[in-house]
Order: sequence, then structure tokens, then C-alpha cells
Amino acid sequence: MKDPISKVCREIQPSGIRKFFDVVNEMPDAISLGVGEPDFDTPWHIREEGIYSLEHGRTYYTSNAGLKELKEEICLYLKRKFNLSYQEQQILVTIGGSEAIDIGLRAMVDPGDEVLIPEPCYVSYLPCTQLTHAVPVPLPLKEENEFQLTAAEVEENCTDKTKVLILPFPNNPTGAVLTRKNLEEIAKVCVERDIYVISDEIYAELTYGEKHVSIAELPGMAERTIVINGFSKAFAMTGWRLGYAAGPQEIIDQMIKIHQFAIMCAPTTSQYAAVEALRNGDDDVANMTEAYNQRRRYLLHELRRIGMDCFEARGAFYVFPSVKKYGMTSEEFATRLLEEQKVAVVPGSAFGSSGEGYIRISYAYSLESLKKALERVEEFVKTLTVKEA
Amino acid sequence: MRDKILAVIEKNSRIDLRELAILLGEDETIIANAIADMEKEHIICGYHTLINWDNTSEEKVTALIEVRVTPQRGRGFDNFAERIMKYPEVNAVYLMSGAYDFTVILEGKTMRGVSQFVTEKLSVLDQVMSTATYFILKKYKDHGIVLVDETKEDERMKITP
Repeated sequence: MKDPISKVCREIQPSGIRKFFDVVNEMPDAISLGVGEPDFDTPWHIREEGIYSLEHGRTYYTSNAGLKELKEEICLYLKRKFNLSYQEQQILVTIGGSEAIDIGLRAMVDPGDEVLIPEPCYVSYLPCTQLTHAVPVPLPLKEENEFQLTAAEVEENCTDKTKVLILPFPNNPTGAVLTRKNLEEIAKVCVERDIYVISDEIYAELTYGEKHVSIAELPGMAERTIVINGFSKAFAMTGWRLGYAAGPQEIIDQMIKIHQFAIMCAPTTSQYAAVEALRNGDDDVANMTEAYNQRRRYLLHELRRIGMDCFEARGAFYVFPSVKKYGMTSEEFATRLLEEQKVAVVPGSAFGSSGEGYIRISYAYSLESLKKALERVEEFVKTLTVKEA
Repeated sequence: MRDKILAVIEKNSRIDLRELAILLGEDETIIANAIADMEKEHIICGYHTLINWDNTSEEKVTALIEVRVTPQRGRGFDNFAERIMKYPEVNAVYLMSGAYDFTVILEGKTMRGVSQFVTEKLSVLDQVMSTATYFILKKYKDHGIVLVDETKEDERMKITP
């Protein structure tokens, strides 16, 4: 009998998060700090536009690449916020940032090409690369660099086959951000070595300090960068499943080709709501960002107070404390924390092997929930002995 | 800094100084001084509690009264406002743009009490040309807080990438 499953699919490891998810779900009274989406509801004026579009019977497909109106707003937004210049034809509206990652890779890499993937990172870059029969090359990021990617790390891992660098900053799970200087150095390597970049900027609005810089803004980079962004994190719209890619016409055209055959178009209701988000949502984003920042400060302060080692994460809504000094793996720590104090965090190892020794704590929770959870984390940490290095 | 302090304490005036300092990433003394200054400057005018009286056994009525007033030479509308705001049962006095001049918000124990105030205290003032009284039937949201029962569970999946 023929194997019903393709070889490439068999090779893909199941998500490390999935296993944990099943355990947590069995525990109804567990407090979770494991969520990767905002706790805010989508602002009401945005939801109302979605409802309004349904009331008016806008229930048909849009053009493949997305509503023209929305693509124009995306161009204005990218210019206003990140100083990026795109024409409306250079935008593709996708089903969340996730689809853009997938079809971006499919449009750009051939079997055998190498794709540089900084780790720890979001879980989909690796399997999406594998599905294209390209070769994923992990770039393990280091805590001493605050989990920033350095130009040297890119350079050292470049070969003649390197085609694409994934640039996932602000980063999930570490909360790391890249500085302009940092990006300029990386950009230089990309130009010299002729590497394309898929810059996943889904958390671009959520930085706490310097504003986010997109690598596509730097000289020579717009023509070799696909910028991925979306509505999930900035506008608290995860369930609407709406993201977009912006990039060189040639690549976007090919991505539209894949998108039209695989997807047809992104959800129409979501697209209408997103137009409203971009037109009138800047204040919402500012308010949510300020709330995240306050929680971030609180969480860092509390984790350090109870003796955990934690670098100052300046982006997204995660902190990434080390558990190495307790002599446990990420998974042991997370499992025991769940069993003993019923608090769920995600083991860093779920985001690549260089996440081993860390846990991801999300602060997409109200301050009250964080306080309750942190009390339990403190109780748990008290029972542990610190192993001297 | 002042804006950020105000934004937090407007929603939670009971927050302690230490926690406020952590949230805003500032020194505790700087925050304490900023608050003291804003109290002195009457930017912060009080630390009230938002009570949903509907959920207590206390009987209360709230009325919103539109008042049309003849302004006075040299004093404009101030004279009326100053007289009317001295009544303790008057909760708020706003000078308005539009079809009438003042909104007066009144809290009384009974409808009779409110109507007595309007007929005996308010309407009889020389400057008052007319009044229209509206009783509030139900408060759904007040001071940015939803008062009707709206407890919401966190429905997100507990672990997501």
C-alpha cells in the first residue's frame, strides 16, 4: 500500500506547543500566561464596520489581491508609520501574516535553496520552508545580545545557496527588537551576498522605546524585501484573519498568483473592517501599546524581584526569562509550574532549540490576572534551588 | 508624565504609589511630587468612587435639567452658575452650546424632591427663562464603565503560538 502521506509532510515535526496545549486544556482552573494574541477586543468602531458591511450584503469575493480601498490605506499606513513607499499594486492582502509567510517562501525559494531562520522564533517559518523543499538554516540567537540578530551571524551562515533571510522582529517569543544600526549592518550583508529578506513585522506597532524600523526602509533593501504585517496584534484582530505583504512588484505578482489559486481572496468582512482600522485606529493602537508597556514593566520588575533572570524585552507582548539556573529544561520548568501552581507558560524550546533554557511569558493579560499568576510563580520559584554555574 | 499618571489614576485612583511607579517606569518620589503638584493646581480635584446605586437598596433619582437663562451685563452666565452650583444636591453644572444654556444634573432621593427643587429653587430665579427636566431611567454606562451586568470570561485558547 502506498504511504498516504508525503515524505516532506512526514518530516515536519508536530508543534511543541500543541502537546502543551493538550495538557493545559485538561486543567480548567489553570491560569494561562501562554497566549499569543491580545486580550483586548477589537475596538468597537472597527467591529461595527465589519457588521455594517454584512448588513449591506457585502458577502461576495473581493479581487484576489484585496480591496483596492484597503490596499491604498495600507500604503498610506506603511508610509505614515514606517516611512515605506509602496504603490497599491505592490500590496497583497492575505489570511493573516501566516499566509504571507507561506506563499512568500513558495514564491521565492527552490528546492535546495537555503533559508536563514533566526531562532527562537515563531513556529511556522521552519515547516513552511520544509514544504518548499528548501533547506532551513537556523541562526541561534544569544541572550548576551538580547536575542538580536547580528550581521556577523548572517554572514557566517551564508553560502552560495542562501536565498532568503527571515527577519522576525519584534520577535515572538523573545520580545527582542532590532536597532537601526543593527539593521543597517544586516542590510549591508544582504546586499553584498545578494540575499532576499522576508521581514515579519507583525509586532511592529508594539515596541517600547525606539520606534520600529523596517529593513525595507534602508537603501537597497526595498527591492529585495517582502514586508509582512497585519491587523492581528496592532489592532487586536486575530480572529479576523487578515494580514498583508508588501514588496517588489515582481515577487508580489507571483505571490498573488499562488494566493489566487490557493485562497481566492481574504475574508471580505475583515477587509472592510480593516479599512476602518487604518483610517481611524491610530489612537486605539497607542492606547493598547501603552497598556502593554505598563504590564511589561510590571512583569519584568516582578520576575526580577522573585529572582528570575530576564533580559529587558522591548517589543511584542512577551518576556523570555531564563530558567537555566534552576537546573531544569524549559519543558521541565513549564510542566512543574503547571502541575504545582497551575500556571501555564510556553517552554522556550517550542520555538527552536536555542530557546532551550527559557520560558515565554505573555503579558496579553489584564494587570489583575498577571498579579494573580505572578503570586503563583513566586510560590513555585521559592521551592527551587539555584544551581551555581 | 502627567498625562500618563492621569490616564492610570482616572481609571484606578486606589492604585498605590509603588505600583504606579513600576507601571510607568519612574521613580516613586517623582510620581508622588507630580501628583501633589496636580492636586495643588486643581488638576486632580478628588478621588471619588463610582457607585452603581441601582444595585443597592438606596432609592435615588437622577435628573438632567435643561435651563435657558438670560445672561447678565458684565457677568454673562457666571452669576446663574455660581448660585445654582452651591446647592449640594446639584451634581454638575455645564454651560452648553446649542438650543439651551445650561445642563444641571441633580441627584435627589425622590421625584418629588427633584420637582420641588425645579419649581421652588430653579425656576424662580430671575434670569431663568425656561427649564425642561428629564429623569434618568437606567444607567448603562457611567464614567467610561459599563454598569449593566457584563462579566466576560477569557475565551481565548489557553496556549497559542
